[in-house]
Amino acid sequence: MLSAADLGALWLTLKLATTVTLLLFMLGTPVAWWLARSRSRWRHPVSALVALPLVLPPTVLGFYLLVAFGPHGPIGVLTQSLGIGLLSFTFPGLVIASMLYSMPFVIQPLRNAFEAIGERPLEVAATLRAGPLDRFFSVALPLSRRGFVTAGVLGFAHTVGEFGVVLMIGGNIPQSTRVVSVQIFDHVEALQYGQAHALAGGLMVFSFLVLLAVYGSQPRLRSF
Amino acid sequence: MGDTIRIRLPLRHAGFTLDLDLSLPPRGISALYGPSGSGKTSCLRALAGLDRVANGYIAMGDEVWQDESRQLFVPTHQRAIGYVFQEPSLFAHLSVRGNLDFGHRRAGRPSTVDTQAIVGMLGIGALLDRRADALSGGERQRVAIARALMSRPRLLLLDEPLAALDSARKAEILPYLARLHDTLAVPAIYVSHALEEVAQLADYLVLLGDDQQVHSGPLPPMLARLDLAAAFSDDPGVVIATTVAAHDDTDHLSRLDFSGGQLFVARRPEPVGHALRYRIHARDVSLTRVQPEATSILNVLRADVTGMTLTDTPAYLLVRLQAGDTALLARISRRSWQGLKLAPGVKVWVQIKSAALLG
Repeated sequence: MLSAADLGALWLTLKLATTVTLLLFMLGTPVAWWLARSRSRWRHPVSALVALPLVLPPTVLGFYLLVAFGPHGPIGVLTQSLGIGLLSFTFPGLVIASMLYSMPFVIQPLRNAFEAIGERPLEVAATLRAGPLDRFFSVALPLSRRGFVTAGVLGFAHTVGEFGVVLMIGGNIPQSTRVVSVQIFDHVEALQYGQAHALAGGLMVFSFLVLLAVYGSQPRLRSF
Repeated sequence: MGDTIRIRLPLRHAGFTLDLDLSLPPRGISALYGPSGSGKTSCLRALAGLDRVANGYIAMGDEVWQDESRQLFVPTHQRAIGYVFQEPSLFAHLSVRGNLDFGHRRAGRPSTVDTQAIVGMLGIGALLDRRADALSGGERQRVAIARALMSRPRLLLLDEPLAALDSARKAEILPYLARLHDTLAVPAIYVSHALEEVAQLADYLVLLGDDQQVHSGPLPPMLARLDLAAAFSDDPGVVIATTVAAHDDTDHLSRLDFSGGQLFVARRPEPVGHALRYRIHARDVSLTRVQPEATSILNVLRADVTGMTLTDTPAYLLVRLQAGDTALLARISRRSWQGLKLAPGVKVWVQIKSAALLG
């Protein structure tokens, strides 16, 4: 039922979503921690910036990235001077774009989880000789693991489901930027409804299962 | 070992500054007692380094933890303290054993810490494999105290550890704290607004008043000071240190000696020579000018009136008495004061209706 091209697109999608989720964990965790604990006046502007991809049409994001990645864009100039070439229509470019697009879905749950811990467990840990990094890894991380599950699942699923940004800056290059959502679009354009069904249906079931997992992992309202 | 705890903290509150300047004894329990909002918890948090008070100075013997004149501030995790918070704050992701080990491990699992003894003293041996959130409030607080002790603190800080518990749970924990007091070499600072707990546990008292005045000194003389009576007006009375002197098995009584007299109480199980601490409430003390001959009151002492102060209730006065080295307080009516022609210097007979054992 699935062609080699379909399978290639599926594999690429999984690779993209995994890479993006892992990178967002690494870069988003400090940002979420800072947003949850800082009293800086930059907190609100940064919060707004992080949430921006939620409200912008993907084409807007894609458009500006395309310009930035281009030969005269700031990122394009940088990557060219580093000898990497241009990022538009490449897998790394797609990764960066997807990270921006999925960022709020990872940072927001992490921030909520960090805020929910409160100050007290960290103070307790400090009185028990735990330094700042120790407190983060031995207290904050384990206490916010549900937040990490939610963030990971949402970030992954949202990356799988993106279309607009991919189309704008990734194009439609097999094995490099042609992900499942684009492949479905191609099938529909070519009136290959059967193949479109297989992929689209699969994506729908996948998304449903992901959301089910997220809701199932949420703690029931417990009385403390 | 004995290092005085030096505290100088200008605590800024909404509307006033409380200049704390304290030297606390290096052993026993010092109580910070005062109404809520008087700065007790702020002082404790500053001691722990959880808050940095501007222009503060804190030293534990020769170890300086904060000295703003030198820009010195030792962060909390580098201070050898144990802190017990008001609400039991166990780590929810760890078992009781994991909680206990948290500080113990980071202190280098010192061999001088007898973990078995601590577990036994707080009666938590059966809870070790339970999850922290499966414990009752009283059990959690006992685990929290044990956890603090296992990190081998040089100073134990207790922030109203009983305040969040109901009276049954309080009664459950108080004996453990009293035992702690008797067996532990570590000095402790105990924040409380409950006079009963302070009278039971403290050796040294720091009184933070409504008037931003700070008074401090050993507990028994502090409790007997008439000028501080307003702070103890809920339940004025003194604490006396006694020693079991003899047992009378015919009448089922024990005789306790203290400097200034003796006290008969219902037969105690403790052997002769054992120290016991008693609280004598002012409301349980009455005065007569002539020696009472036919009275059912067992304990009658000879004492001098040394002072008097008014109480919240216009009908009653608080009278200070001196029997040997021991000061007592009696709450009597204004009419009695006048009728008996009492005044400082007058000798009276003091009848003690009852004495409450502490700890």
